Amino acid sequence: MTLAADMPVRPDSIFRQNLRNFGHNRLAVGSAIVVVLFLLMAIFAPLVAPHDPNETDLFRRLQPPGWVEGGEWSYLLGCDGLGRDILSRIIYGTRISIFIGAAVILVATTIGILAGLASGYLRGWVDIVISRLVDILLGFPYLIFAIGLMAMMGPGLFNIILALAYKEWVIPCRVVRGETLVTRELEYVEAARALGASRGHIMLREILPNILSPVIVVATIRMAHVIILEASLSFLGLGVQPPTASWGSMVADGRAFILEAWWVSTFPGLAILLLVLAINVASQGLRDAFDPRFHE
Amino acid sequence: MNAPLLSVTDLRTVFDTRAGRVCAVDGVNVEVRRGECLGVVGESGSGKSVTFASVMGLVRSPGRIDGGAIIFDGRDLRTLTPQQMRKVRGRDIAMTMQDALTALNPALTVGEQIGEVLEAHDETLPSSRGARNAAIRERSVEMLSLVGIPSAESRLRQYPHEFSGGMRQRIMIAIALACRPKLLIADEPTTALDVTIQAQVLELITDIRAKLGMSVVLITHDLGVVTEHCDRVMVMYAGQVVEEGPVREVIGSPSHPYTKGLLGSIPRLALRGQKIKPIEGQVPDLIDLPAQCRFYSRCTLRQDVCKSLISMREATPGHSARCVLVGKDRP
Repeated sequence: MTLAADMPVRPDSIFRQNLRNFGHNRLAVGSAIVVVLFLLMAIFAPLVAPHDPNETDLFRRLQPPGWVEGGEWSYLLGCDGLGRDILSRIIYGTRISIFIGAAVILVATTIGILAGLASGYLRGWVDIVISRLVDILLGFPYLIFAIGLMAMMGPGLFNIILALAYKEWVIPCRVVRGETLVTRELEYVEAARALGASRGHIMLREILPNILSPVIVVATIRMAHVIILEASLSFLGLGVQPPTASWGSMVADGRAFILEAWWVSTFPGLAILLLVLAINVASQGLRDAFDPRFHE
Repeated sequence: MNAPLLSVTDLRTVFDTRAGRVCAVDGVNVEVRRGECLGVVGESGSGKSVTFASVMGLVRSPGRIDGGAIIFDGRDLRTLTPQQMRKVRGRDIAMTMQDALTALNPALTVGEQIGEVLEAHDETLPSSRGARNAAIRERSVEMLSLVGIPSAESRLRQYPHEFSGGMRQRIMIAIALACRPKLLIADEPTTALDVTIQAQVLELITDIRAKLGMSVVLITHDLGVVTEHCDRVMVMYAGQVVEEGPVREVIGSPSHPYTKGLLGSIPRLALRGQKIKPIEGQVPDLIDLPAQCRFYSRCTLRQDVCKSLISMREATPGHSARCVLVGKDRP
């Protein structure tokens, strides 16, 4: 006991240790930096973008990128079919992608956590209802489901978030339910019950903090997925409506000129690739850091 | 002494399993007086933990309480609503779990865990946020100091994994005692600890019992622990109480063959060189038990009368056993 008293007092949660593990993974940290750069770009779009993304100039119609003959360095990535600056549109498009990705994941994870906790801890009919609902929703192909919803509700930013979150919540829900089923049997949950804790308290204070790591990992992985889905919806014309710049609709815009003006579709496509890849690699790093099996 | 703090009569707790109905607790009577320490002894599966889980209302499906009354401090706990029962747990009756290493939430600091019990149960706390937090903090430090954790103030901010096993057991006791319960149920408080720490933890419980004047139920399978720390002892076998009485009498002159067998199977220095006598046979399957003495198949003194229902018989006042030989001349 005296020995323990001499130990330096260093408050350090398992969560913080995990974050430190993450810091040792260079590739993951690099990817996280890329994600943060995209985020900053989205926030400061008006300061970063060289031109107004919606300003059309028919004299610059399909102007090639700066380094190609006929291009101009002030329009680095060239212009689209209406003569709008592609770089500026990509920068503004980041806002849509990240905002929708984050909003959908936030809504879906919140609902998923609550539903998963309720179904995993309360069991009984609550579990049956939620689990069957999850099974049914999982039976629908994601994109077709979202297209159907968008067709019903009509396009718009809020409707996209709703259409994607409508099914997205089942994924955190299943993760949370599974983790809750394991955690509810642990001794400290029983101890909390023996000390008179309420069901809500046990779910939110005893179980939730202990299952947060996998939930965070799943949320980041799924965010990449949601960004692709939003791009797919916009590509199909069901997403954000013109003239608002969205990466998916930019790729769609370039389809008509893909042979004579490859840059119109290629650069927004690369932006999607880069952001999704960075999020995926960063979330892999998170998973490795949060999974005790990877610790030495 | 006046009315007992806890009085359980004819408790039956059953588990409906696919193989049939398991009667884990069958007609158990328990009496815990104010300020006393009751030891509950029995092997794994004898129903000792389930008996007290029933008292706490913590028996979970497929288990359920099938009959009996649980009177605690003048109230029948079985008639309380789940909300009322929740208020009893933690405030009036507290329980410590078998395994201290897993019974603390790894994601919360020790301070948060003590604070939450106080927050949930203590009605004397001031209502304004600041004063309330200060009071909770003060009480938490007081509790940690009470269980002998040095520099309690700074250790409140630490997480369970930063403490040793013995310390965690102490913290668990501190959490259980935070609201000054009238009864502490310590379910095998020492099984996960090594011998020297075991002694410290038991001393601690005995000390605090004297300081706070509470009653303690010590569930264990260690007769040595019972001899040293308890006033009375209750021996359980296959879901029934087979012997109970003051520790000195039960240990000194056991009446039931099972208790004798338990005592005979403890290695002792005085009996060096002799073989330890284990109790032959197995605990009976608790599904569809015949109406006879449950120890029948393993008993060395069995007779034909043992094939009928056996009730508790008094050996001396306050000391009784479930055996036909009690109160008769020994064969």
